[in-house]
Amino acid sequence: MRHGKYPLIISFLVPPLVLYGVFVLSPYLQAFQISTTDWLGYSAQADPVGLANFRTLLHDGYVWNALTNNAVLLALVPVITIALGLFFATMLTMGGRKGSAGVSGVRGTAVYRLVYFFPQVLSVVIIALLWKEIYHPNSGLLNGALRAIGLPAPTWLGDPRTAFWCVLAVMVWSNVGFYVVLFGAAMQAIPRDIYEAVMLDGASRAVMLRRITIPLLWDTVQVAWIYLAIAALDGFILVQLMTTGGPNFSSDVIGLRMYDTAFGSETKFGYASAIGVVMFFLTLSVAVLALRAARRDRIEYS
Amino acid sequence: MTTVDKAVDPGAVTAPDRVADRPLRRELGVANVFSHGFLLLWAALTVLPLVWMVLSSLKTNSEILADPWGLPGALHVDNWARAWTKAHIGQYFFNSAVVVAGSLTLTMLFGATAAYVFARYEFRGRQVVYYLFVGGMMFPVFLALVPLFFVVRSAGLFGTWTGLILVYSAYSLPFTVFFLTAFFRTLSTSVAEAALIDGCGHFRLFFRVMLPMARPGLISVGIFNFLSHWNQFLLPQVLMQGDESKWVLAQGLNALAVNQGYAGDYAQLFAGLTIAVLPVLVVYVSFQRQIQAGLTAGQLK
Repeated sequence: MRHGKYPLIISFLVPPLVLYGVFVLSPYLQAFQISTTDWLGYSAQADPVGLANFRTLLHDGYVWNALTNNAVLLALVPVITIALGLFFATMLTMGGRKGSAGVSGVRGTAVYRLVYFFPQVLSVVIIALLWKEIYHPNSGLLNGALRAIGLPAPTWLGDPRTAFWCVLAVMVWSNVGFYVVLFGAAMQAIPRDIYEAVMLDGASRAVMLRRITIPLLWDTVQVAWIYLAIAALDGFILVQLMTTGGPNFSSDVIGLRMYDTAFGSETKFGYASAIGVVMFFLTLSVAVLALRAARRDRIEYS
Repeated sequence: MTTVDKAVDPGAVTAPDRVADRPLRRELGVANVFSHGFLLLWAALTVLPLVWMVLSSLKTNSEILADPWGLPGALHVDNWARAWTKAHIGQYFFNSAVVVAGSLTLTMLFGATAAYVFARYEFRGRQVVYYLFVGGMMFPVFLALVPLFFVVRSAGLFGTWTGLILVYSAYSLPFTVFFLTAFFRTLSTSVAEAALIDGCGHFRLFFRVMLPMARPGLISVGIFNFLSHWNQFLLPQVLMQGDESKWVLAQGLNALAVNQGYAGDYAQLFAGLTIAVLPVLVVYVSFQRQIQAGLTAGQLK
């Protein structure tokens, strides 16, 4: 395959590389440089200040507050989502009682999959706006139900004690279905006779899940964890549209902090880029940590 | 399969034990009721918000405020008409379609050509260029926002659809190239070699032989990119400020929600959301299998 390959290589590779270089690579590189300046936006004035932005960052209570919320998301969203995903996927792929060893799905598995997965194809904007109405203190679905059974009706997104948890719940709600399908597909690849054999040996469902399903799904769980962790470090759209970080910054996240610093009332581009750099290293370390911590041999079914 | 070997006794499969089977069945019966309960609960949690949204879009504002759980007294389709014309949801829908048509075509074309070169041709510096390209997947888009704003503005593309198309494509390329490179590598080389020996040129080989062979991979990554472009919100919010007539659907819905806050027109907001959800729902139900396979494959690679 040598004859005349260079015209193809050049014409196939150069246009994508130029596009990538101009709109992706150069902004990322510039961001690191901007993060060491005091650039205030639309003026041309930008003086290098070294690492001063990062020093300010260390003592910025708003940034720490936002990072704390991201840390809570990071600790809870992947765990809850993966647990629910594994639970429902197990029920769907082997909750049924057909056959003597009972490792078939429940009735209506296809319908459940169809329904569960749907939030994944919805725009996050639609999810955020819809749930904002569901949490509405007067006309919302949630308080309508609470009032009907005589319970007090909280203000949910309007209360600094609950706003953040409401957003967290929506994050889990919108992700679970995807992981049910993902884990379900991986579970179906596990040979049935393994389950049949251990069931005959008297293993209970819990033992089967812990000793067989989860070890065999470990690769998939690991990938799920990385993606959910990266999603937990973001959360920007949900928070911006549901609470704008309030009330009183109680549901703020680092992405929103950066966005408001750059494009809010004051355009502190230098400082915003410094926050961006911090986000970059956070994302990178979460991914590397997850890959390191969960490293295992890949399993192939012969 | 090293992990499981210890737990499996091959003899047990061929000789089922009838006595041990009976308590097992009873346990499964209980588990079945239990599992159906939870499965139904989650299904209800998923469906209820959407059904509520559709029903509310057919109610009057006073009905929505009086009883969130009530059914519409009459079907107020005029809410939909109001959202479509007065809130310009129709216009935004069209804008999104134009932008996504452009960005998806560009992403798939550039993604496939670059991935093909990385997968099938040897040249100096290939590894370096490949990792430079694919490394873009790791970066949070927030980091690039500020400089990107100025890059787009100085290119004269601020507030234009062309700008959005180019930026969407550029940010989708790393994953697309990564996915398709792996896919092109799995295709057999013998067909390509035979075609070259028969005098087929390199360009013809790509468009006539390799591209059709890569169809399943292209569909998977195409679905993935379509959804991420259609649902994009952050990039248009930064790069498409100002001129409202050019906004994409996500921006339009957000504006509708902000206006609803002032005007109190809940029905119009629900109608706008319903209009945005329905086509997605129809496409999703018709192509469920491909969409689920495409998105989960995208995540696993």
